[in-house]
Amino acid sequence: MKRQISLAVFAAALAASASGAFAQDFVVSGSTKNLPQTEGDAIYHAVCSGCHMPEGEGAVGAGHYPALAGDAFLESPDAVIAWVLHGYKAMPPLGGIMDDAQVAAVVNYVRHNLGNNFEGETTAEDVAAAR
Amino acid sequence: MSENVQGMTRRNLLAMVGFAAGASAMYSAMAGMGYAGTSDYTGPIKLEGDPKGTTVLVLGAGLAGMTAAYELTKAGYKVQILEYREKAGGRCWTLRGGDVYTELGDFKQEVKFAEGNYLNPGPWRIPSDHYAVLDYCKRFGVKLEPFIQINYNAYVHNTEAFGGKPQRFKEIQSDYRGQIAELLAKAVDQKKLDELVTEEDAALLIESLKKYGVLDDKLEYVKSGATSLYRGWAVDPGGGTQSAGEPSEIISLADILKGRLWNDLITGESIDHQAAIFQPVGGMDMIAQAFEKEVKDLITYNAKVTKIEGGEDGVTATWVDSNGGTEEKTAKADYCICTIPFSVLGQIEHNFGSEMSAAIDDVYYASSIKVGLEFKRRFWEQDEHIYGGISYTNTPITLISYPSTNFFSDGPGVLLSGYSWGAASYQFNAIPAEQRIEKALEYGSQIHPQMRDEFSNGVAVAWHRVPWTLGCYGEWRDMDANYANACKMDQRTLMAGEHISHLPAWQEGAILSALDAIKRLHQHVIGA
Repeated sequence: MKRQISLAVFAAALAASASGAFAQDFVVSGSTKNLPQTEGDAIYHAVCSGCHMPEGEGAVGAGHYPALAGDAFLESPDAVIAWVLHGYKAMPPLGGIMDDAQVAAVVNYVRHNLGNNFEGETTAEDVAAAR
Repeated sequence: MSENVQGMTRRNLLAMVGFAAGASAMYSAMAGMGYAGTSDYTGPIKLEGDPKGTTVLVLGAGLAGMTAAYELTKAGYKVQILEYREKAGGRCWTLRGGDVYTELGDFKQEVKFAEGNYLNPGPWRIPSDHYAVLDYCKRFGVKLEPFIQINYNAYVHNTEAFGGKPQRFKEIQSDYRGQIAELLAKAVDQKKLDELVTEEDAALLIESLKKYGVLDDKLEYVKSGATSLYRGWAVDPGGGTQSAGEPSEIISLADILKGRLWNDLITGESIDHQAAIFQPVGGMDMIAQAFEKEVKDLITYNAKVTKIEGGEDGVTATWVDSNGGTEEKTAKADYCICTIPFSVLGQIEHNFGSEMSAAIDDVYYASSIKVGLEFKRRFWEQDEHIYGGISYTNTPITLISYPSTNFFSDGPGVLLSGYSWGAASYQFNAIPAEQRIEKALEYGSQIHPQMRDEFSNGVAVAWHRVPWTLGCYGEWRDMDANYANACKMDQRTLMAGEHISHLPAWQEGAILSALDAIKRLHQHVIGA
């Protein structure tokens, strides 16, 4: 109940700021282990977009964050699952802040959206097997 | 011998008493700064012997790179530094009014703080056992002032406890300690711990718990003048005809436990947070500026390294202008000290061996965010008598830190209004800066309702969006397998930085790793 109220406040603030980004649920606490989102789109924009950017366009500085939009590396769902769970090089492991269903949802999102159209549906069971 | 038996029982008892503390300590470790080591620094490095004009290329002008450059130059080496940014310091960094910070994605923030106010997005405290940082501050004339870590008048806050109303640290601290002492004293007095405590110790233990917990002669922690001297009065004592002081009500142990308000009581007691602890006057980057003054002539700014190639003849780094330049330039030296974060180095073309490459790829960079909010007046001082220190909250901002300087001034003040790790920080990282600020206000207002009215402006740094580090600090996936290899010289290059230390994320670690690297480099050069 409380959460709904704070969400409403946040949504109102967002509408006021008219920044274009959409409202999202927020972790309840600074020590919350898992993200609250369940949909792939929402999970992407709660974590992945921090580095890979809102449209999956990536970013360049002293190093870079790879673009996910139209990225052939996303063809293999197993590879994407492994990267999300365990990270890859500078990319941190995210298996600790998402359960299997969340990982599956976001893997499907990046492979089927952001200009990508790779085949295959990842399930929570696939993720569990890769942990 | 029976003494051994007694020793064991005492240890068991201590383990019991320390159990809650251990859980809390573990939490703070998980919250980010997991390693609490004391520095092994013993004084200025002495590099004896003539390096005979040996040249060294230092990559990165953070504290590690500048330490290496400064000391090597003093020892007779010829040093050149390449730095990606337009200024030196790396994560030893301060944002002030007038600064423009552009994070990855080209999102710009203009800092609008009033003169004298600042946010340290990275390191913000210098523990008194970080001997190397302190020594360089002394040598370079960086003025330090106390950083107030623990403030008994600040708050501990849990949205799920006490109707979400923040509680004063001193009340929880005193009541928690007192009631634990009471329980323990009674248990010992009632001979319930005979298995664990000798008769001789039992008497002393009860005596000490009476003192420690402020217990009365019945071994009870009760509403009284005595306990109010620790937890505060309901009505403060006055002069003349005024109150002699009205004792305050005790908060029950059950409420403290359920509310988990014990969570951050000892956060400020670890060796890297204990008083005395310091900050540079005017912002953390006063240290960076002091180092930069010493080595400025050696630095090439705006140099984005694109390739590092070492061999028998030395090391060559290829670089382009950081602001989108394409013209390739090279810098060459006999040896290289590379302080580029592994998150970035892993993307740079190089010819390091497989062991070093594996070490570079083993490190990922932690997520963390800091939000600095400026308020029109210092309401925490004026309304709530909080002078410096930290309030802890279970909301996603985790804490509010009050400025340890300019007390009682009328002008605007900046609060560190969010310092998060883990899932919370990932979320802060993924939303635009203005929303991070909005969220910090939303959560902060639950502790200080004045925030909305008094808010002036803010800045929010999410470390995964920082273009030159791609994260906060290096974390090893498999330190045992890779750390030692990362310390070895490869292709005439030695790595340095906080990630090559046992004090990761701390400036002390960065400096110690640089000193260790140049010591080994010097031995190699002189011995060769």
